Amino acid sequence: MDNTAENKEFLSVKNLKVEYFSGKTVVHAVNGVDLKMYKGKTLGLVGETGAGKTTIAKSILRILPDVGARIVEGEIKLDGKDLLSLKEHDMRKIRGNEISMIFQDPMTALNPVQRVGEQISEAVKLHSDLSKEQCEERAKEMLKMVGITEDRYYEYPHQFSGGMKQRIVIAIALACNPQVLLADEPTTALDVTIQAQVLELVGELQKKFNTAMLLITHDLGVVATVCDEVAIIYAGRIVEYGTKEQIFHHPSHPYTLGLFGAIPDMADDDIWLHPIEGLPPDPTKEIVGCAFAPRCKYATEACLKGEIPALTTEDGHISHCINMKSVLSKEGK
Amino acid sequence: MKKHKGQSEFSRFVYQLSKNKMAMIGLVILLIEVLIAIFATQIAPYGYQEIDPTALRQVPSAKHWFGTDEIGRDIFSRVVVGTRYSLSMGIIATAISSVIGIVIGAVAGFAGGWTDNIIMRALDVIQSLPGMLLTIVMSAVLGSGYFNTILALSVGAIPGQARMLRANMLKQRKAEYIEAAYSINCSPARIIFTHLVPNSISANIVGMTMGVAHTIIQAASLSFIGLGVQPPTPDWGAMLSGARAFIRKSPHMVIFPGLAIAVTVLAVNMLGDGIRDALDPKLKK
Amino acid sequence: MLRYFLKRLLWMIPIILAVAIVVFTLMTYCPGDPAEIILGSEATEEALEAKREELGLNDPYFVRLARFLSDTFIHFNLGVAWRTGIPIADSIVERLPRTMMLSGITLILSFAIGVPLGVIAAVHQNRWQDSLCMVLALVGVSMPNFWLALLLVILFAVKLKWLPALGIGGIQYYILPAISASATHIASAARQSRSSMLDVIRSDYITTARAKGVPENKVIIKHALKNALIPIITMMGTQFGKMLGGAMIIETIFSIPGMGTLIITAVNNRDYPVVQTGTIFLAIVFSFSMLLVDMLYAAVDPRIKAQYQNKGKKKVAVKKGAN
Repeated sequence: MDNTAENKEFLSVKNLKVEYFSGKTVVHAVNGVDLKMYKGKTLGLVGETGAGKTTIAKSILRILPDVGARIVEGEIKLDGKDLLSLKEHDMRKIRGNEISMIFQDPMTALNPVQRVGEQISEAVKLHSDLSKEQCEERAKEMLKMVGITEDRYYEYPHQFSGGMKQRIVIAIALACNPQVLLADEPTTALDVTIQAQVLELVGELQKKFNTAMLLITHDLGVVATVCDEVAIIYAGRIVEYGTKEQIFHHPSHPYTLGLFGAIPDMADDDIWLHPIEGLPPDPTKEIVGCAFAPRCKYATEACLKGEIPALTTEDGHISHCINMKSVLSKEGK
Repeated sequence: MKKHKGQSEFSRFVYQLSKNKMAMIGLVILLIEVLIAIFATQIAPYGYQEIDPTALRQVPSAKHWFGTDEIGRDIFSRVVVGTRYSLSMGIIATAISSVIGIVIGAVAGFAGGWTDNIIMRALDVIQSLPGMLLTIVMSAVLGSGYFNTILALSVGAIPGQARMLRANMLKQRKAEYIEAAYSINCSPARIIFTHLVPNSISANIVGMTMGVAHTIIQAASLSFIGLGVQPPTPDWGAMLSGARAFIRKSPHMVIFPGLAIAVTVLAVNMLGDGIRDALDPKLKK
Repeated sequence: MLRYFLKRLLWMIPIILAVAIVVFTLMTYCPGDPAEIILGSEATEEALEAKREELGLNDPYFVRLARFLSDTFIHFNLGVAWRTGIPIADSIVERLPRTMMLSGITLILSFAIGVPLGVIAAVHQNRWQDSLCMVLALVGVSMPNFWLALLLVILFAVKLKWLPALGIGGIQYYILPAISASATHIASAARQSRSSMLDVIRSDYITTARAKGVPENKVIIKHALKNALIPIITMMGTQFGKMLGGAMIIETIFSIPGMGTLIITAVNNRDYPVVQTGTIFLAIVFSFSMLLVDMLYAAVDPRIKAQYQNKGKKKVAVKKGAN
């Protein structure tokens, strides 16, 4: 990693714990997650559906539902500012302005009864003193930037295709030149060809504005293309964290290994993929030890007891596996 | 929540419903009313037609709990016997209208185009008359009495149910799972009744329970204005109609039959709300 | 859009004709001999027969129907009431505005009071504001309007003597009728608003709005309420019929000479021409209001507007998603 000023993390999440509750059932969605994001860099957050990825992003923006969700503990800092202790009023100035989010499903992320242009200019208006006309101008600029002609400003979401809608969602997110962009599976709902376009677009805009980006995905291919750093999340916990090269060339957590095993390898003659056996743990139960242990073929007695410490190598590669050494030797790496 | 996965949809519904206190209170009230209706003649201390010329328009007392009416009949006994009419009329009329309305709405919502147009115009014709007016006209044509009144009441509620289902189906029809169903070659009837209707119907079921409540009120209104169930039948609406003339001197005559209607309707609504919440887990969260 | 509106207006003509035919037919089969109703039970058979001939009752059904339709819709001759001899047109001109006013007030009150209550309840879901609003609304929808009217009369007219118990006159005469006619509708508007708001509040686009930094009150009013209004308008549309019907009942309690008292008295007197014509006029009024509701949809929901704009292409548009 280079030693410029950018080396200082711009947004950091420490020991974040989030719960959902309904009646007496409590779902432990996020259980002590640490993340660091740097200006101009992309952190990939990779995990299965239900691993708590979206919850983390929503916690950073503090847009979890009022009823039924709470941040139990943790610290989220944006450029030194503690976001969790900000007043709602001040937090609002950050949302969409300093931090913004691209949502997973473009089909439902846009207000069906508001013109798309207005949805963009509203974001501009909220965070600037520009006049209505100037906001509109800016919104049209944004439309052009994401490849939509400005005459479509006055149209409604139902008049756009899925890919176009996602462009609009991106335009809303980038309208105020945010310093942090949380992209929640921005391409999952799109065609492969559109996916590439959207990723390219996001990447370009990120470079242009030197944005710190959190890219939430379950697609390792996307990670390989876009990310600088990668965090692998399982059952609301980070299991492995490192640079893209570290994760892709030296995966060290059995879950990460499992994820790679579930990708077809063209060079290999194997006709079968290697799915990870079993299911993620019941999130309503407290987990002692390693959450992945029940599905892990390397698990030992020790894995089911007590806190699993983070093992960090000299170059900053973190793995939450107490048997890392033996795992790596068995995997032949 | 996947917790009840092993159980049937229905038992999940019953479980949800049984946990809802308001709904259970409503259900208990309704069950009590059903019991009262069954054993009305045993419970009533006097005959509902029994006239006591010495006790005209008496205020409530130990002898006559709810007082007596203008010809000396015991109001408590009449309210008790009247339990037989309101609830049953509401339920039967709503059942008739809902079944017809849902079928019509399903056909219109699914078929679209001309079929939809014709059905909707036909419904427009019926619905061009405000429900109460239609009920009044129907009741004038069919004549008074218990069953005629039920028929008159049910006609008015058909278009509402049909429209509601159709509106929700138009929304659902665009959903991807419908395309999925088409793609696996589901027959239109199957798509309508196993996909579209169940996914669109929750509003109708809520509508039905509200419909029972509304129909009870309409039935009472009808007998209140002198149509529908006629005196001396101790229908609560008819009793209020008679009591109205004495509102200045004997307001107690107005209180109890009206209270009986209100409590019944309240109980139906409480149960109905519970059914709605149990059917629609989305609203519960 | 305008074309759709005009098309709908044109559509109303056959619908109203159909209503007229249905109502006429129903009235034909109403029990009772009109001649006897007019002349009384002591009239001789000759007199009755002469009256029947005069009224044209001896003609075949289709002849009478055609005569009725042409009288009503071409010559605008609405006839006279059998019992009173008053021209029906006069009664309607005098009475229709009162009924419209009472149901109009009901509509406005239920929108102006009910929707905000429902929104407040939804925003404070599961808190005391919610419980309070919903308990009040539950009691409200369960209260028969005519009973509420009687209770209000006992309290405010008989006991407190603050307001007149019946009749028409200044604004004070409309207070009790308006309250008793509106209570149920305010309550059901509140319930509907709450549930559609709860649906909408959970939508992704509300999260999008929050993520943009839209202030919470603006999220609720600008983003959520506008979407929630669609089902609320649907409900209000269907409720307006109930409002008209409710107004009819309330009129009889407060002796307001409106369409309700006109028709209900006529039904009880078997004065069928009055019932017939009164019903058709209420149908016309009601059809116009339903058309307005549909137009209102288009104003609120651009998807519906688009659908209106290319009606006819609708089916193609729906199927298009499949390829």
